[in-house]
Amino acid sequence: MRGIHKRFPGVHALSDVDLEIAAGEVVAIIGENGAGKSTLMNILGGVHQPNSGTIEISGTATKIRSVSEADAHGIGFVHQELNVLDNLDVGANVFLGREPRRFGLINRRKIAADTTPLLARLGLEIPPETPLSELSIGQQQMIEIAKALSKQARIIIMDEPTSSLTLTETERLLEVINDLREEGISVIYISHRLGEVRQCADRVVVLRDGKNAGELQRGEIEHDAMVSLMVGRELKRSAHERNEQEALTDGLSIINLRTTTYPDCEVNFQVKGGEILGMAGLVGAGRSELAQTVFGVDPAMGGSITLEGLPIQLGSARESIRSGIYLAPEDRKKTGLILEFDISQNISLASLKDHCSRLAIINRSSERNEAQRQVDALKIKTPSTATTAMNLSGGNQQKVVLGKWLSMSPKVIIFDEPTRGIDVGAKAEIYKLMRALADEGVAIWMISSDMEEVLGISDRIVVMHEGRITGELEHVEFSEEAVMHLAVGGRQVNAA
Amino acid sequence: MIRQFVQLTKQHRRETGMLGLLLVLILITTFRTTDEGVDGLFNSRFLTADNIKNVTRQIGIYGIFSIGVGIVIITAGIDLSVGSLMALLGVIFLYLVTPAETRPGHAKYSETEFELQPWLVHHIPEVSWPTAVLVILIIGTLIGLMQGMLVGKLKLQAFVVTLCGLLSYRGISRFLANDTTVNVGDTQQDLTLAKTLGDGSLGDVLFGKLNKGILHSVPMTFVYLVAIAIIAHIILHRSVFGRYIFAAGRNELATKYSGINTGLVIAFAYLIAGFCTAFAAIPQCIYSGSVQPSTHGAFFELYAIAAAVLGGCSLRGGEGSILGILIGTTILIVLRNMVNLLGYPTALSDAITGGVIFVGVLFDQHGASIINRFVGHINRLFGKKNKAA
Repeated sequence: MRGIHKRFPGVHALSDVDLEIAAGEVVAIIGENGAGKSTLMNILGGVHQPNSGTIEISGTATKIRSVSEADAHGIGFVHQELNVLDNLDVGANVFLGREPRRFGLINRRKIAADTTPLLARLGLEIPPETPLSELSIGQQQMIEIAKALSKQARIIIMDEPTSSLTLTETERLLEVINDLREEGISVIYISHRLGEVRQCADRVVVLRDGKNAGELQRGEIEHDAMVSLMVGRELKRSAHERNEQEALTDGLSIINLRTTTYPDCEVNFQVKGGEILGMAGLVGAGRSELAQTVFGVDPAMGGSITLEGLPIQLGSARESIRSGIYLAPEDRKKTGLILEFDISQNISLASLKDHCSRLAIINRSSERNEAQRQVDALKIKTPSTATTAMNLSGGNQQKVVLGKWLSMSPKVIIFDEPTRGIDVGAKAEIYKLMRALADEGVAIWMISSDMEEVLGISDRIVVMHEGRITGELEHVEFSEEAVMHLAVGGRQVNAA
Repeated sequence: MIRQFVQLTKQHRRETGMLGLLLVLILITTFRTTDEGVDGLFNSRFLTADNIKNVTRQIGIYGIFSIGVGIVIITAGIDLSVGSLMALLGVIFLYLVTPAETRPGHAKYSETEFELQPWLVHHIPEVSWPTAVLVILIIGTLIGLMQGMLVGKLKLQAFVVTLCGLLSYRGISRFLANDTTVNVGDTQQDLTLAKTLGDGSLGDVLFGKLNKGILHSVPMTFVYLVAIAIIAHIILHRSVFGRYIFAAGRNELATKYSGINTGLVIAFAYLIAGFCTAFAAIPQCIYSGSVQPSTHGAFFELYAIAAAVLGGCSLRGGEGSILGILIGTTILIVLRNMVNLLGYPTALSDAITGGVIFVGVLFDQHGASIINRFVGHINRLFGKKNKAA
């Protein structure tokens, strides 16, 4: 792949990226969230089309216009989210869409006969008639690899293949990758886990901000070398910093909290009133799930939370909202807003009790007045409060979500990816709002995968990795290397 | 004034469109059924006092349970159990007001080896009719609540839960009635007042039967419908609970993220549907004078769904209005009446109803583009003619 460019509306996802893979080579692609790894692979796998650039396979220039064309060129894609049907058996999954037929019916015998040697190659000792639902996640992933092999794949792309595997399953997968290499099949391995990368890769390609940031050959693949290539960007520090004179209040304490996603990990930390706590980590570290558990929409497996020293009942969003703990969720359109409702209906949804008579009849003018107050205060750009939330831009939608909470009395606001999909101008406004809230004594807990945002806005940073808090950084210790080091699971080194 | 009206019709596009359809239907029926010497307005058989009373009586009954089903549909649910529940409640109501020996399920008549049936039939107490009405309303509401908890709290699929209701309530009512007709005539109570309240007119209730006046063409079921519709309108479109119903129907997850117990909101919608069904079951039972458990209320759930959909409720949830449901119900009933009056075979009635619903919904979704294409064709025709000239 040479000089690949890919632009999405508003984003230049890839610019001039080169990638070369030899037969029987295992190449790892690493980079931060949003560095362009998945986009590049989607282009190779035929999911997206590049705006410019060429792809050559065995020396001939090729266009890959669809997933089936990628198949035909021998490119197999094992996605992070498994694409298997767990209502069917192993053989049916391997041959899905290409079922061998006899007399117009599916030839089950041929499927079984063809699947068995594939499974043996991958070291799976299960009959092809096993229902997929009886297999572990790791085994299901092997089925995906078997599917790629059955299409005579010469290159297999694996996107975060180990993100949901256990340790033994991971080791098994790495062995299989080794076997594939010996058979002359190339593997492109995308992972955040630098330990695995060091174990299996022949070469590491690092992407940063949609560009090639460097390559490491077999002997040079070291943890620190990878991190510094992934980072290596100068950061602008934010102008809005915490007013040091203001005393911090107790705020929200999270004590031994365990979520359903990582039931074995106990999380402890504190968000103080008056500060912005940034929470960094890679995708899948369990940050959103933690926020949803604290907010009460997800059940807790154990532990407790206190607000200003008083315990808060877990597992009830109603209780959290009553105590002043609010969540501006990651997915505005699904969980933050009711898109078909107008601005005033969205803003009042959680506080209708303040806008109604004793018989629970809504006082519409009180509702609209409050909405107008929020529209003015947050500078939401809209013709009126009767505009449907669907018709607003991302930034204004986020402000409506905020307006819902600001019309009540916030003590803690959890922002989950507050500026995802929002343009630069609106971003700055949201940062300013967050700072203003903190100055009023509200505890702000900001989850973000945007490194610049975490480092630029936070007063303090905690980093999560696979359900655990791996470290906490005070303002003087902020650096992209330090955050990335913790985010990939490294231990905290105390700055002496 | 005119601008306000236009604004209103724009805001309630669906309702306005269906109101137009209804007016067209009424006009067609009125002028296709004129005969010399007919005692109705414009000599129309559609607008005689008796026919109007008959039509509004049916609108009353169908409207009441359609409102319940409509509210459930707004929560993105469905209630298929209405017709069967009406049969069950009808049988229980008649059992409650008749002595045990006269009930068709009694040991005297029943030849079943299965002892539960005569035991049950024997142990349903005989009570005064106002108590029976109260018991029916309570049973209906509790059954609604039960279905609501299964859907809202246990997250079972509404279609499946109420389909099981459809099958089992019908089965239980046939079982209780020994699969034969239960008659209101077997009662030993004086049901005159119950009949007046259930099947009489507003005039009958206010001034007695002998008096004749315009109010004698207003059936009590229609009066109940108006009262229930006003209350339902206020609850649905003005109250906090109503807002939660729309919110949960549109986007249950986001509603939950605003701290609202959506499971309870949804359960309550089914409770309302159960209450409405029970409320409609009593006049329906009194009007028909008997309950044949295998056919009583058959397909009522589908008429309710049709009325709600015609009136602008989306099966995807979060959309609809009480006014729309009323218009939808009226269209259905007027259509059926039209089929009767125009002398079309009654057997075709449902086919015609189905056709009109289909055309109505089709036009609502794609009307603009159909009309545009039609206008385009006409323009082209004229354009050609001009060239030829």
